[in-house]
Amino acid sequence: MKQQSFFHALNIRHDVCVGCSHCIKVCPTEALRVKEGRALLYPDRCISCGECYRVCPFHAIVVEDDDFNRIYDYKYRILLIPSVFFGQFNKQISKEEINGILLDLGFTDICPVEHTVKVLSEAIKQYIPQHERPVISSFCPAVIRLIQVIFPALAGNIMRLKQPLEITTHYLQQLYIQEKNAKLDEIGIFYITPCAAKIASNKAPVGENESPVTGVINMKNLYNRVCQAYKQKNKPSVEFNTLQVSAREMKWTLTGGEAENLAGFRCLTVDGVNNVIDILERLENDEITGIDYLELRMCDESCPGGILVQGNRFLTAARLRGLADTAPMENSATDRFNDYLMQNMPVGEIQPRAMVKYDRDMATALKKMEQARRLKKQLPNIDCGACGAPSCEALAEDIVRGLAEQNSCIFMQTQHQKEGTLSSESAIRIRESIWGKDRFTGKS
Amino acid sequence: MRLNFNIEGGDFTKAGSASSQVKKTLKQINVSPTIIKRVVVALYEAEVNIVAHAFRGNISVDIEPEQVHVQLTDEGPGIPDIDRAMQKGFSTASPKVREMGFGAGMGLSNIRDNVDTFKITSEVNKGTTLDMTVLISDNQ
Repeated sequence: MKQQSFFHALNIRHDVCVGCSHCIKVCPTEALRVKEGRALLYPDRCISCGECYRVCPFHAIVVEDDDFNRIYDYKYRILLIPSVFFGQFNKQISKEEINGILLDLGFTDICPVEHTVKVLSEAIKQYIPQHERPVISSFCPAVIRLIQVIFPALAGNIMRLKQPLEITTHYLQQLYIQEKNAKLDEIGIFYITPCAAKIASNKAPVGENESPVTGVINMKNLYNRVCQAYKQKNKPSVEFNTLQVSAREMKWTLTGGEAENLAGFRCLTVDGVNNVIDILERLENDEITGIDYLELRMCDESCPGGILVQGNRFLTAARLRGLADTAPMENSATDRFNDYLMQNMPVGEIQPRAMVKYDRDMATALKKMEQARRLKKQLPNIDCGACGAPSCEALAEDIVRGLAEQNSCIFMQTQHQKEGTLSSESAIRIRESIWGKDRFTGKS
Repeated sequence: MRLNFNIEGGDFTKAGSASSQVKKTLKQINVSPTIIKRVVVALYEAEVNIVAHAFRGNISVDIEPEQVHVQLTDEGPGIPDIDRAMQKGFSTASPKVREMGFGAGMGLSNIRDNVDTFKITSEVNKGTTLDMTVLISDNQ
C-alpha cells in the first residue's frame, strides 16, 4: 500500500529529454531536478498533477495509460465518458455522432461519468454536517495527493466519499448484472481521462485498495480517433444516445460544478495550482472560517484545463456550459440503485504521506535544516536553476542531503575559481554532471 | 535553531507571516501536525495582538527537538490588568472592530489553551512580553 501510493502517472522519456529545466520550475512539490543532462523525478514527491507535462517543449514527459486493446478482454466493453470530452468539439459534430464513432472503435456501450452525480450530491449533503468543516472535496486526485504530501495536517478534512467515476462504475456493474445477467468479470469499464492524476488514482487509489474502474484511456488518443473518423467522413454506424445526465450533473467537472449541486451549503471554489496551495496554507493556519465545503481543482478552469484536453480551456468550458443548457433539468435514472450506491460510496482513511525533507529523526533534521539555512545565505538567491534545482533553497536542501554540492551553483563556482580553490577542470566536471557531457561545446 | 521576526504595529497585511514561516520550518523537520497547529494558532494570535495594539514588536522562535519556545516583546500601551485580559470574552475592542469579526476577547486565553507554558508580563505605556513553549512529543 505504501509503495503503491508513490505511483506516478507521468514518466520522463530520457531519449527525448534534453534537460532544458522548464519542468523543474513549475513542479509544486519540487520533485524534479536536472542531472546528467536529463530531468530526474523524485517519485515520492510526485503528485501526478501534470504541470511538468504542460511546459515541456519537447514532449518528453509521457502519460502512462492503459493499452487500448485491453478492452477486448471483456465481453461488455463500456466506455465512461466525462462531459468535458464533448466540450473539445465544435458544434459541427453532434454528441450522438461522437458517441457513434467511439462505439465503432470497439466499445459495446457508452455512459456519461456524471450519470450518478445526483446521488453523490445527496450523500455529500448528509456527510458535511457530520464532519469537521470545511470538508475538502475528493474530486481532484492531484489535490488529494498535494494535501497528502504538503499539507498532511489537512488529510483528515478530505471527504471520504467516492466520486462519480467510481460510483457510476458501481452503478453500471449492478445494472449489467441485474439486467443482462452479466458476470462481474465480463464487464470492462474504461474511463477517458483528461489528466494524469486520474490515472494515478486508478492505479493507486487513496483510501481504497483497488479502484472499481477497469482501465483508463488517454483523452488525446480518443480525441484524435474521433477527429480522424469525422474528417475522413466515416459516418458512424449508429448515432448513439447514452444514459441521461442532467444539466447540473453535466457541469460537475467545471469550476463551481460541485457547489452548484450543493445548494444550502457554504461552498468555496478554487482552481489553479497556486491558488489551491494558497487556500490550503490559509486553511492550515486556521484563517478560513464559515466554509462548509471546499471545492478545489488543481487545473485552472478545472477539467477543461486538464493536460490531456485539447484546445483552449475557456472555450471548452463555454461549449460544455452550452451543452448543459440543452440537457434535462433532472435525471432520476439511478434512483432505484440509490441504496446500493450509498452503501458503496464511503472510502477508508486518507493517510498523509509527508515527504521526508531532511531526516526522519527530528534532531538530525533540525541540524540539517540549520545547515541548509546557512548555505542558502551564501547562495545568490536568484533561483536561476543553473544548478539543476528549482531554487537556491532547494539546492541548499540537496547539498545537505548529499545530492548536490556547493559548486553546483554557477556563482559559487566562479567565486571559488577566482579564489583558487576550484580548478576549471573540476568546474567543468560539475557542470557536466548536471547538464550532460559536451552540452555546451556544440558537439552534442 | 532561532528565527527572528520584526513586527510593525498596524500593518495587518503582514500579520501571519511569522507564523507561516514557523509552520513551514516545523513541517520540514516532521513535527506532528497537531503540534504544529497549536504553535501556529498561538503564534498567529499573539502576532496579531502586536499588530493590533502595539507600535512595534519582535518575535523570536527557538526550535529544538524537544520544544518550541516563542518570545514576543512589544513596545506599546501595555496591559493594565492582565488577569482581566486573560478572561474569555474580555475585550477592549470597539463595537466597530467586533462587527468586523475581531475582538471577541478570546485572544490571550486561546493562546494559553494551545501552549504548554505561558508567561505574560506587561508595563503600562511601555510594552508587553509573552513567553510560551509548546512541547514536541517524541512519539512519532
